[in-house]
Amino acid sequence: MKILVPVKRAVDYNVKVRVKPDNSGVDLNNVKMAINPFCEIAIEEAIRLKEKGVATEVVVVSIGDKACQEQIRTGLALGADRGIHIETNTGVVVDSLQVAKLLQKVVEAEKPDLVILGKQAIDSDNNQTGQMLAALTGMPQGTFASEVVVADGSVNVTREIDGGLQTVKLQLPAVVTTDLRLNEPRYASLPNIMKAKRKPIDVKPVADFGVDMTSKVTVIKVEAPAQRVGGVKVADVAELVQKLKNEAKVIA
Amino acid sequence: MSVLVYAEHDNVSLKIETNKLVHAALGVSSDIIVLVAGSGCVAIAEAAAKISGVSKVILADNAVYEHQLPENIADLVVEVAADYSHVFAAATTTGKNFMPRVAALLDVAQISDIIKVESEDTFVRPIYAGSAIATVQSADTKKIVTVRAASFDAAANEGSASVELLDTVKTSEKSSYISAELTVSARPELTAADVIISGGRGMQNGENFVLLNGIADKLGAAIGASRAAVDAGFVPNDMQVGQTGKIVAPQLYIAVGISGAIQHLAGMKDSKVIVAINKDEEAPIFSVADYGLVGDLFDVLPQLEAAL
Repeated sequence: MKILVPVKRAVDYNVKVRVKPDNSGVDLNNVKMAINPFCEIAIEEAIRLKEKGVATEVVVVSIGDKACQEQIRTGLALGADRGIHIETNTGVVVDSLQVAKLLQKVVEAEKPDLVILGKQAIDSDNNQTGQMLAALTGMPQGTFASEVVVADGSVNVTREIDGGLQTVKLQLPAVVTTDLRLNEPRYASLPNIMKAKRKPIDVKPVADFGVDMTSKVTVIKVEAPAQRVGGVKVADVAELVQKLKNEAKVIA
Repeated sequence: MSVLVYAEHDNVSLKIETNKLVHAALGVSSDIIVLVAGSGCVAIAEAAAKISGVSKVILADNAVYEHQLPENIADLVVEVAADYSHVFAAATTTGKNFMPRVAALLDVAQISDIIKVESEDTFVRPIYAGSAIATVQSADTKKIVTVRAASFDAAANEGSASVELLDTVKTSEKSSYISAELTVSARPELTAADVIISGGRGMQNGENFVLLNGIADKLGAAIGASRAAVDAGFVPNDMQVGQTGKIVAPQLYIAVGISGAIQHLAGMKDSKVIVAINKDEEAPIFSVADYGLVGDLFDVLPQLEAAL
């Protein structure tokens, strides 16, 4: 079976981003970018399913400007077979619904049996795309997956929910979104990075997809959050308890 | 203009998130309708009808909604939403699961995890793990919104709305529930607790988390964890506080052996009072803590338990 893995180029998770002085957004100039961590887990899961003989082909797709080909290459170096780059102009922000609509077209063309996405991107923190893609393609969804077992035309997904874990059975084709504990992504080896350079990436301009790219959501302003100021250091437990009781009044 | 609020519950009890959703929805409209979807949920609908500000409760009580499978729930909500300008659900794993499906089926964008309602079409939400706060405006005909419950007060329980039964049955052949493995705890739920004590990598192993039990008992606190503690297998994932876990804002948050990575701070920095107990005085957690105690948690925790 074929697995499609959409990946996003996002700010590296270690970077402490700063808001631009004009409040138009966050400053991403000269900031380290990487594959969104949840997307990396999605690639790893697809590769593992290929190694188990469950999947025959893994296709990585990314939407964005030319730079996101770096993240597609990383996916190829990790073991994906080929890439699709849906190219936008630099600086264009694509919202989750538009991404889902573009991916819907890719699904229609590629007909994957399984689409594995990250549960959320660590920049927009939306947690929407997988669910929206499932809705648009009429597929069932297994979100926040910590275990994925494919068998006999269906997939059992163990999901991380607020009270613990839940397992659901989905008929293929299906959409799965990854949680952090699904797996531990591997590192790409140098020979695999070299090999990835010869794997094909099909570049398609976003205009070819016939998706309305005007977002209905406008960002009015982006501000820095209210800063918490560090308080005092206490010398010992007795002083801590005394302050919590008498100063902060948060314990009786 | 009226708001459809999706009730957060587990078929056993109505969750406090629902009261917080109603409070948030009152920022948009005074006409609030609560949808309770589940199985054996009459008592939950009656509880929802008591929330102040609710004008009506719609109850869809059917076995197909028992596990709140998103394929079924989204179809139900899309149908019910026809009469409303806004749909609000909690940014819990349930709300996050079905709401984007609703939005896509209605062909509108979703506004996720709002912390403030500015007006009927303008909302405030954190991005980049809370490192930036965005004010966004939606021009969509329907506003599909998930709400960070921790950022809103709970509406009181002094109302008396009517409950209307809805016998719509939406069921998908494509998904089915197999099983659940729920964490059983006598302690308050993390997202509803007034006091939380959390352990991090500094706890060293899962067994040492018992050191938090006595303190939690004395304070009536819930016990949380950092991602490091969860990833190391010390405790289950549903205890995780952070960008990708639960977002909490208790009166008192005690971070024990937690360094204070951006990802963790995103989940707890709106707590009223933060206490940090860490042996590394350079740990970033001290820059957000109101009270910091530099010391070995294995010495400090028993002393703290004894002092309470």
